[in-house]
Amino acid sequence: MAWQTATVDSLVDETASVRTILLSVPDWAGHEAGQHLDVRLTAEDGYRAERSYSIASAPGEPVAITVERLDDGEVSPYLTEELRAGDEIELRGPIGGYFVWEPAFSGPLLLLAGGSGVVPLRAMLRHRSRVGSSVPVRLLYSARSWAEVIYRAELARLGDGVQVIYALTREQPPGWTGYARRADQAMITEVAWPVAQAPLAYVCGPTNFVEAVAADLVALGYPPAQVKTERFGATGTP
Amino acid sequence: MDALEDGVVDGNAIGGLLIEVFGTEMTTAVVTCAQCGATGQVAELAVYRPGLGTVVRCRSCDNVLMVFVQIRSVTCVDLMGLAQLA
Repeated sequence: MAWQTATVDSLVDETASVRTILLSVPDWAGHEAGQHLDVRLTAEDGYRAERSYSIASAPGEPVAITVERLDDGEVSPYLTEELRAGDEIELRGPIGGYFVWEPAFSGPLLLLAGGSGVVPLRAMLRHRSRVGSSVPVRLLYSARSWAEVIYRAELARLGDGVQVIYALTREQPPGWTGYARRADQAMITEVAWPVAQAPLAYVCGPTNFVEAVAADLVALGYPPAQVKTERFGATGTP
Repeated sequence: MDALEDGVVDGNAIGGLLIEVFGTEMTTAVVTCAQCGATGQVAELAVYRPGLGTVVRCRSCDNVLMVFVQIRSVTCVDLMGLAQLA
Protein backbone atom coordinates (compact mmCIF):
# COMPACT_ATOMS: atom_id res chain seq x y z
CA MET A 1 0.00 0.00 0.00
CA ALA A 2 1.76 3.08 -1.21
CA TRP A 3 2.12 6.45 0.48
CA GLN A 4 0.48 9.12 -1.60
CA THR A 5 0.21 12.87 -1.55
CA ALA A 6 -3.16 14.35 -0.64
CA THR A 7 -4.24 17.97 -0.76
CA VAL A 8 -6.15 19.71 2.00
CA ASP A 9 -9.47 21.00 0.66
CA SER A 10 -10.89 22.60 3.76
CA LEU A 11 -10.79 22.65 7.51
CA VAL A 12 -13.64 22.61 10.01
CA ASP A 13 -13.16 23.50 13.66
CA GLU A 14 -15.25 21.06 15.66
CA THR A 15 -14.20 22.22 19.15
CA ALA A 16 -11.44 24.39 20.58
CA SER A 17 -8.90 21.61 20.14
CA VAL A 18 -10.41 19.41 17.44
CA ARG A 19 -10.39 20.02 13.71
CA THR A 20 -11.73 18.07 10.75
CA ILE A 21 -9.56 18.05 7.65
CA LEU A 22 -11.21 17.34 4.29
CA LEU A 23 -8.86 15.94 1.71
CA SER A 24 -8.52 15.30 -2.00
CA VAL A 25 -6.72 12.02 -2.41
CA PRO A 26 -5.98 11.30 -6.09
CA ASP A 27 -5.68 7.52 -5.93
CA TRP A 28 -8.20 6.80 -3.19
CA ALA A 29 -9.71 3.35 -3.64
CA GLY A 30 -12.74 4.06 -1.46
CA HIS A 31 -13.10 3.09 2.18
CA GLU A 32 -15.38 1.39 4.68
CA ALA A 33 -16.95 2.93 7.77
CA GLY A 34 -14.57 2.47 10.70
CA GLN A 35 -11.32 2.29 8.76
CA HIS A 36 -8.41 4.64 9.29
CA LEU A 37 -5.52 6.11 7.37
CA ASP A 38 -1.90 6.77 8.31
CA VAL A 39 -0.40 10.26 7.96
CA ARG A 40 3.33 10.81 7.61
CA LEU A 41 5.03 14.15 8.23
CA THR A 42 8.65 14.70 7.18
CA ALA A 43 10.61 17.57 8.73
CA GLU A 44 13.28 19.53 6.88
CA ASP A 45 15.99 17.49 8.55
CA GLY A 46 14.41 14.28 7.32
CA TYR A 47 12.83 13.33 10.66
CA ARG A 48 9.59 11.46 10.10
CA ALA A 49 6.57 10.99 12.28
CA GLU A 50 3.62 8.74 11.46
CA ARG A 51 0.22 8.68 13.08
CA SER A 52 -3.06 6.89 12.41
CA TYR A 53 -6.36 8.77 12.20
CA SER A 54 -9.81 7.30 11.84
CA ILE A 55 -11.66 8.34 8.71
CA ALA A 56 -14.50 10.62 9.77
CA SER A 57 -16.49 10.44 6.55
CA ALA A 58 -18.75 7.75 5.15
CA PRO A 59 -17.92 5.61 2.13
CA GLY A 60 -18.57 7.71 -0.94
CA GLU A 61 -17.97 11.03 0.81
CA PRO A 62 -14.72 12.97 0.42
CA VAL A 63 -12.01 11.60 2.68
CA ALA A 64 -11.92 13.43 5.99
CA ILE A 65 -10.07 12.94 9.26
CA THR A 66 -10.84 14.54 12.60
CA VAL A 67 -7.78 15.33 14.68
CA GLU A 68 -7.58 16.27 18.35
CA ARG A 69 -4.69 18.54 19.30
CA LEU A 70 -2.64 16.89 22.05
CA ASP A 71 -0.58 19.35 24.09
CA ASP A 72 2.52 17.19 23.89
CA GLY A 73 1.78 15.82 20.44
CA GLU A 74 4.33 15.73 17.64
CA VAL A 75 1.87 15.65 14.78
CA SER A 76 -1.49 16.88 16.02
CA PRO A 77 -0.43 20.49 16.72
CA TYR A 78 0.72 20.77 13.12
CA LEU A 79 -2.45 19.25 11.69
CA THR A 80 -4.80 21.30 13.86
CA GLU A 81 -2.98 24.66 13.86
CA GLU A 82 -0.52 24.96 10.97
CA LEU A 83 -2.11 23.11 8.08
CA ARG A 84 -3.96 25.26 5.52
CA ALA A 85 -6.22 24.60 2.57
CA GLY A 86 -4.03 23.85 -0.42
CA ASP A 87 -1.26 22.24 1.67
CA GLU A 88 -0.22 18.69 0.91
CA ILE A 89 0.20 15.78 3.29
CA GLU A 90 1.41 12.22 2.79
CA LEU A 91 -0.96 9.44 3.71
CA ARG A 92 -1.73 5.79 3.06
CA GLY A 93 -4.99 3.94 3.35
CA PRO A 94 -7.64 2.90 3.87
CA ILE A 95 -6.49 0.52 6.58
CA GLY A 96 -8.40 -1.94 8.73
CA GLY A 97 -10.76 -4.87 8.23
CA TYR A 98 -11.79 -5.57 11.80
CA PHE A 99 -13.31 -2.36 13.15
CA VAL A 100 -15.70 -1.91 10.25
CA TRP A 101 -19.49 -1.67 10.11
CA GLU A 102 -21.60 -2.49 7.08
CA PRO A 103 -25.37 -2.05 6.82
CA ALA A 104 -25.68 -5.73 5.99
CA PHE A 105 -24.60 -6.64 9.53
CA SER A 106 -27.69 -7.57 11.44
CA GLY A 107 -28.65 -6.70 14.97
CA PRO A 108 -29.14 -3.37 16.70
CA LEU A 109 -25.96 -1.31 16.85
CA LEU A 110 -24.37 -0.14 20.08
CA LEU A 111 -21.66 2.48 19.64
CA LEU A 112 -19.58 3.52 22.63
CA ALA A 113 -17.24 6.49 22.29
CA GLY A 114 -14.65 7.86 24.68
CA GLY A 115 -13.61 11.35 23.59
CA SER A 116 -12.16 11.33 20.08
CA GLY A 117 -13.16 7.66 19.83
CA VAL A 118 -16.37 9.04 18.36
CA VAL A 119 -14.66 9.65 15.02
CA PRO A 120 -14.93 6.19 13.38
CA LEU A 121 -18.39 5.77 14.93
CA ARG A 122 -19.49 8.99 13.25
CA ALA A 123 -18.40 7.52 9.92
CA MET A 124 -20.62 4.54 10.68
CA LEU A 125 -23.57 6.81 11.53
CA ARG A 126 -23.12 8.82 8.33
CA HIS A 127 -22.89 5.60 6.30
CA ARG A 128 -26.08 4.32 7.91
CA SER A 129 -27.90 7.54 7.01
CA ARG A 130 -26.60 7.66 3.48
CA VAL A 131 -27.75 4.16 2.65
CA GLY A 132 -31.10 4.62 4.39
CA SER A 133 -30.54 1.81 6.86
CA SER A 134 -33.09 1.41 9.63
CA VAL A 135 -30.87 -0.58 11.99
CA PRO A 136 -31.58 0.84 15.47
CA VAL A 137 -28.56 2.57 17.00
CA ARG A 138 -27.59 3.75 20.45
CA LEU A 139 -24.48 5.87 20.85
CA LEU A 140 -23.06 6.34 24.34
CA TYR A 141 -20.62 9.24 24.06
CA SER A 142 -18.38 9.98 27.01
CA ALA A 143 -16.69 13.39 26.94
CA ARG A 144 -15.17 15.66 29.57
CA SER A 145 -17.62 18.49 29.00
CA TRP A 146 -20.28 19.70 26.62
CA ALA A 147 -17.74 22.03 24.98
CA GLU A 148 -15.59 19.02 24.11
CA VAL A 149 -18.34 17.05 22.36
CA ILE A 150 -17.29 16.65 18.72
CA TYR A 151 -19.97 16.85 15.98
CA ARG A 152 -22.45 18.27 18.50
CA ALA A 153 -24.87 19.76 15.99
CA GLU A 154 -24.74 16.75 13.68
CA LEU A 155 -25.43 14.31 16.50
CA ALA A 156 -28.43 16.37 17.56
CA ARG A 157 -30.09 15.94 14.18
CA LEU A 158 -29.64 12.23 13.63
CA GLY A 159 -33.35 11.53 13.81
CA ASP A 160 -35.36 8.40 14.21
CA GLY A 161 -33.75 5.16 15.06
CA VAL A 162 -30.65 6.75 16.62
CA GLN A 163 -30.42 7.52 20.33
CA VAL A 164 -27.45 9.52 21.56
CA ILE A 165 -26.69 9.34 25.26
CA TYR A 166 -23.99 11.58 26.69
CA ALA A 167 -21.84 11.07 29.78
CA LEU A 168 -20.08 14.33 30.69
CA THR A 169 -17.39 13.34 33.11
CA ARG A 170 -15.79 16.57 34.36
CA GLU A 171 -18.15 19.44 33.83
CA GLN A 172 -21.84 19.65 33.04
CA PRO A 173 -23.96 22.55 31.79
CA PRO A 174 -26.50 24.07 34.21
CA GLY A 175 -29.60 21.92 34.49
CA TRP A 176 -27.88 18.81 33.10
CA THR A 177 -29.88 15.69 33.89
CA GLY A 178 -27.78 13.21 31.94
CA TYR A 179 -24.88 11.07 33.12
CA ALA A 180 -22.22 13.05 34.95
CA ARG A 181 -19.66 10.33 35.56
CA ARG A 182 -17.36 7.93 33.74
CA ALA A 183 -18.91 4.87 32.18
CA ASP A 184 -19.36 2.04 34.64
CA GLN A 185 -21.21 -1.28 34.79
CA ALA A 186 -24.46 0.35 35.90
CA MET A 187 -24.40 2.84 33.02
CA ILE A 188 -23.54 0.19 30.46
CA THR A 189 -26.32 -2.02 31.77
CA GLU A 190 -28.82 0.83 31.36
CA VAL A 191 -27.67 1.81 27.89
CA ALA A 192 -26.86 -1.49 26.18
CA TRP A 193 -29.29 -3.29 23.91
CA PRO A 194 -30.51 -6.50 25.54
CA VAL A 195 -28.31 -9.44 24.66
CA ALA A 196 -31.34 -11.33 23.36
CA GLN A 197 -31.57 -8.87 20.46
CA ALA A 198 -28.17 -10.06 19.19
CA PRO A 199 -26.64 -6.58 19.18
CA LEU A 200 -23.28 -5.63 17.70
CA ALA A 201 -21.09 -3.27 19.74
CA TYR A 202 -18.20 -1.01 18.69
CA VAL A 203 -16.12 0.58 21.44
CA CYS A 204 -13.52 3.23 20.60
CA GLY A 205 -11.46 5.68 22.61
CA PRO A 206 -8.64 5.73 25.15
CA THR A 207 -7.40 2.29 26.13
CA ASN A 208 -8.72 2.44 29.70
CA PHE A 209 -12.19 3.41 28.50
CA VAL A 210 -12.30 0.68 25.88
CA GLU A 211 -11.12 -2.06 28.21
CA ALA A 212 -13.55 -1.12 30.98
CA VAL A 213 -16.54 -0.79 28.68
CA ALA A 214 -15.78 -3.96 26.70
CA ALA A 215 -15.44 -5.89 29.96
CA ASP A 216 -18.77 -4.47 31.17
CA LEU A 217 -20.49 -5.59 27.96
CA VAL A 218 -19.06 -9.10 28.23
CA ALA A 219 -20.14 -9.19 31.88
CA LEU A 220 -23.67 -8.38 30.66
CA GLY A 221 -23.55 -11.40 28.42
CA TYR A 222 -22.42 -9.90 25.12
CA PRO A 223 -20.46 -12.56 23.22
CA PRO A 224 -16.87 -11.23 22.89
CA ALA A 225 -17.05 -11.71 19.14
CA GLN A 226 -19.91 -9.19 19.05
CA VAL A 227 -17.84 -6.51 20.81
CA LYS A 228 -15.35 -4.80 18.49
CA THR A 229 -12.69 -2.65 20.11
CA GLU A 230 -10.32 0.05 18.94
CA ARG A 231 -7.92 1.53 21.50
CA PHE A 232 -6.46 4.98 20.87
CA GLY A 233 -3.87 4.85 23.64
CA ALA A 234 -3.55 7.01 26.72
CA THR A 235 -4.81 10.28 25.24
CA GLY A 236 -5.64 12.43 28.19
CA THR A 237 -7.61 11.65 31.32
CA PRO A 238 -11.39 11.52 31.62
CA MET B 1 5.57 11.20 30.07
CA ASP B 2 6.09 7.49 30.52
CA ALA B 3 8.35 5.28 28.44
CA LEU B 4 5.60 4.33 26.05
CA GLU B 5 4.76 7.10 23.62
CA ASP B 6 1.05 6.45 23.62
CA GLY B 7 0.36 3.72 26.16
CA VAL B 8 -0.92 0.32 25.18
CA VAL B 9 -2.99 0.15 22.03
CA ASP B 10 -4.18 -2.78 19.94
CA GLY B 11 -3.56 -4.41 16.58
CA ASN B 12 -5.75 -1.87 14.77
CA ALA B 13 -2.98 0.68 15.30
CA ILE B 14 -0.45 -1.34 13.34
CA GLY B 15 -2.73 -2.14 10.41
CA GLY B 16 -0.54 -0.14 8.04
CA LEU B 17 2.69 -1.71 9.30
CA LEU B 18 1.21 -5.17 8.85
CA ILE B 19 0.18 -4.42 5.27
CA GLU B 20 3.75 -3.28 4.64
CA VAL B 21 5.22 -6.45 6.13
CA PHE B 22 2.74 -9.06 4.95
CA GLY B 23 1.44 -7.41 1.80
CA THR B 24 -2.18 -7.68 2.88
CA GLU B 25 -4.74 -6.60 5.50
CA MET B 26 -3.98 -8.60 8.66
CA THR B 27 -6.09 -7.20 11.50
CA THR B 28 -8.65 -9.99 11.22
CA ALA B 29 -6.02 -12.73 10.97
CA VAL B 30 -6.12 -15.19 13.87
CA VAL B 31 -3.02 -15.63 15.97
CA THR B 32 -2.16 -18.62 18.18
CA CYS B 33 0.21 -17.92 21.06
CA ALA B 34 3.15 -20.34 21.17
CA GLN B 35 3.34 -20.07 24.94
CA CYS B 36 -0.25 -20.56 26.12
CA GLY B 37 -2.18 -21.54 23.01
CA ALA B 38 -4.63 -18.63 23.29
CA THR B 39 -6.13 -17.53 19.98
CA GLY B 40 -7.40 -14.13 18.96
CA GLN B 41 -7.61 -11.69 16.10
CA VAL B 42 -4.61 -9.45 15.53
CA ALA B 43 -6.80 -6.36 16.03
CA GLU B 44 -7.41 -7.36 19.65
CA LEU B 45 -3.79 -8.04 20.68
CA ALA B 46 -1.92 -5.73 23.05
CA VAL B 47 0.46 -3.46 21.14
CA TYR B 48 3.27 -1.51 22.77
CA ARG B 49 5.33 1.10 20.96
CA PRO B 50 8.26 2.09 23.16
CA GLY B 51 9.72 4.56 20.68
CA LEU B 52 11.92 2.16 18.74
CA GLY B 53 9.90 -0.68 17.36
CA THR B 54 6.55 -2.29 18.03
CA VAL B 55 5.89 -5.16 20.42
CA VAL B 56 2.73 -7.27 20.20
CA ARG B 57 1.80 -9.36 23.26
CA CYS B 58 -0.65 -12.13 24.05
CA ARG B 59 -3.52 -10.81 26.21
CA SER B 60 -3.74 -14.06 28.16
CA CYS B 61 -0.13 -14.68 29.17
CA ASP B 62 1.75 -11.52 28.09
CA ASN B 63 4.10 -13.54 25.89
CA VAL B 64 5.73 -11.48 23.17
CA LEU B 65 4.14 -12.64 19.92
CA MET B 66 5.61 -10.27 17.36
CA VAL B 67 8.32 -7.60 17.28
CA PHE B 68 8.80 -5.10 14.46
CA VAL B 69 11.76 -2.73 14.30
CA GLN B 70 12.20 -0.31 11.41
CA ILE B 71 15.69 1.01 10.78
CA ARG B 72 15.94 3.33 7.80
CA SER B 73 14.05 1.48 5.09
CA VAL B 74 14.47 -2.00 6.55
CA THR B 75 11.81 -3.61 8.73
CA CYS B 76 13.01 -6.41 11.01
CA VAL B 77 10.26 -8.85 11.90
CA ASP B 78 10.36 -11.40 14.73
CA LEU B 79 7.38 -13.75 14.90
CA MET B 80 8.90 -16.35 17.20
CA GLY B 81 6.16 -15.99 19.81
CA LEU B 82 3.49 -17.19 17.41
CA ALA B 83 2.56 -20.81 16.94
CA GLN B 84 0.33 -19.88 14.04
CA LEU B 85 -0.91 -16.88 12.09
CA ALA B 86 -3.81 -17.63 9.79
